[in-house]
Amino acid sequence: MRGPDVSTSAALASAISAQFSARARWSPLEMVFWLGAFSTIWLLPEQHLILTEIVIWALLALSLDLILGYAGIISLGHAAFFGVGAYTAGLLAKHALVGEPVLALLVSGLAGGAFGFATSFLVLRGTDLTRLMVTLGVALLVREIANRAAWLTGGADGLQGIDMQPVLGLFRFDLYGHTAYIYSLTVLFVLFLLARRVVGSPFGLSLLAIKGNPLRASAVGIGQTWRLVGIYTLAAAYAGIAGGLLTQTTAFTSLESLSFDRSADALLVLIIGGTGHLYGGLIGAVVFRFAQDWISTATPQYWQFWIGLFLVLIVLVGRDRIGGWFAPLRRLADRISGWRPWRPGPAAAPDEGGRP
Amino acid sequence: MTSTTTTPALETRALEKRFGGIVASNQVSIAIARGARHALIGPNGAGKTTLVNMLTGVLKPSGGQILLDGRDITILDPHERVRLGIARTFQINQLFADLTPVETLGLAISERLGTGTHFWRVPGTRPEVVDEIAALLERFRLTDVMHERTAVLPYGKQRLLEIALAFACRPRVLLLDEPAAGVPDAERHEILAAVAGLPTDVTVLLIEHDMDIVFTFADRISVLVNGQLFVEGTPDEVARDPRVKAVYLGESLDA
Repeated sequence: MRGPDVSTSAALASAISAQFSARARWSPLEMVFWLGAFSTIWLLPEQHLILTEIVIWALLALSLDLILGYAGIISLGHAAFFGVGAYTAGLLAKHALVGEPVLALLVSGLAGGAFGFATSFLVLRGTDLTRLMVTLGVALLVREIANRAAWLTGGADGLQGIDMQPVLGLFRFDLYGHTAYIYSLTVLFVLFLLARRVVGSPFGLSLLAIKGNPLRASAVGIGQTWRLVGIYTLAAAYAGIAGGLLTQTTAFTSLESLSFDRSADALLVLIIGGTGHLYGGLIGAVVFRFAQDWISTATPQYWQFWIGLFLVLIVLVGRDRIGGWFAPLRRLADRISGWRPWRPGPAAAPDEGGRP
Repeated sequence: MTSTTTTPALETRALEKRFGGIVASNQVSIAIARGARHALIGPNGAGKTTLVNMLTGVLKPSGGQILLDGRDITILDPHERVRLGIARTFQINQLFADLTPVETLGLAISERLGTGTHFWRVPGTRPEVVDEIAALLERFRLTDVMHERTAVLPYGKQRLLEIALAFACRPRVLLLDEPAAGVPDAERHEILAAVAGLPTDVTVLLIEHDMDIVFTFADRISVLVNGQLFVEGTPDEVARDPRVKAVYLGESLDA
């Protein structure tokens, strides 16, 4: 075992602190990722509409990663929170209750979070199968309620007549989606920073413990109930904001935002990118949306066939994640930058592409 | 038994556990004195692990009571019992595979200090947590593997981390479920040294198969057979008891 000199207790203490702070530090690859993302504002102006879609998928998948990747709660009904946020943003704008988009987006997040909090108690216990069925059931219920309450939601026709005000009273939404993209990307970045901070905190560490070994977690005094409620609520708020973004950037929302397809695709996006490292949903969204675009152009009828095949291959062969395919690259970056110098050698390999 | 000086650290009263028709624990009443090194022995299937699981709240008793320092904890959840001062190790490692020993111990310490729910702080920024992690790593000889993922640690180190993690909860009563189980002979002395080196103010209940360990370590022994308390006494008394010898036919009890 190579390691730093820990012969004195001061050296030992600083080695411990170093291990913790290395976890919180930004790796060069992360910086490149975000620089790349923001550079698309100038580099790909004609792609802003599709990029906005990607950002919204990324945020929804990031939200799902918070519960699946960090707390081990699997969900097939995440669209429920997405849809609650989407309709909240739509109704706020349509009836001019909250005109300013950023503020309205916060309210959408609160609405998603409140609904998440209320339903979190249903997913606290039980196996993966129970959780899948409960989340699926909740989402189906919400969709049907939205369908029936046509006086409020517009029913099957969707919520029309939404007129968006400028962001912060300054930036109008334009036809080419430039404002929409910059706005969405900024929201994603801010929420990503928040999520990164939370999952790296003692609270985040205790979630990983609960996910990794619930028996032992309780044997070291970690109560699970409120922590799972907390992360589920936070994730639901994120999904609500993602839904709000969709409504605001398209000036429309429909039952699609609450559909089973959206829940399933969100899970698909996350699995493509990999769970438990926050970037999974982001990478997955890019791959998913562009693959959808390319494949459906090449073979319009069979696009779902290819995405299905891709999914099976990922789960069976990859087992891990696309992020893991970059492991050699990341190791190289680590070596160059000296990032995590205390975890050298092959023992570090299984953790590559792991938690940021 | 009302005076505080004689209140046992941990006590069970007529504790029972039935799984359908099977009685895994039958009217078990054990009192473990404060600061004791109490061993719980018995053949396979005697109900030792069932008893530990009831003491720690993993299993709900079918009847009877559990008292920690005279306080009834029978219906408390496992994590609530930990906060009241009872911690355990597991016979089969129950660790956090993806965390390092530093993170694992930091987790337990933060939990004990009530900072485990802080969601806006970088872990390891509190000097008292760092110092305590350092002390635990040294006490349990884990400094050389402190940066490794738990999953890749040698088995002996994982066993040490088992004990270190329970000890990080600063228990008043520590339950050790076969701490040296499966450890190769070469690494065994490290585990035994760690167990022997536990502070005397911590009450220890040791569940063990290995009679050498039991007779070097324990000052009191309870023998469980078929879910019932069979014999209890000092190591000498238990070793001489012909009924115990009959139960352990073929096994040497002469320490």
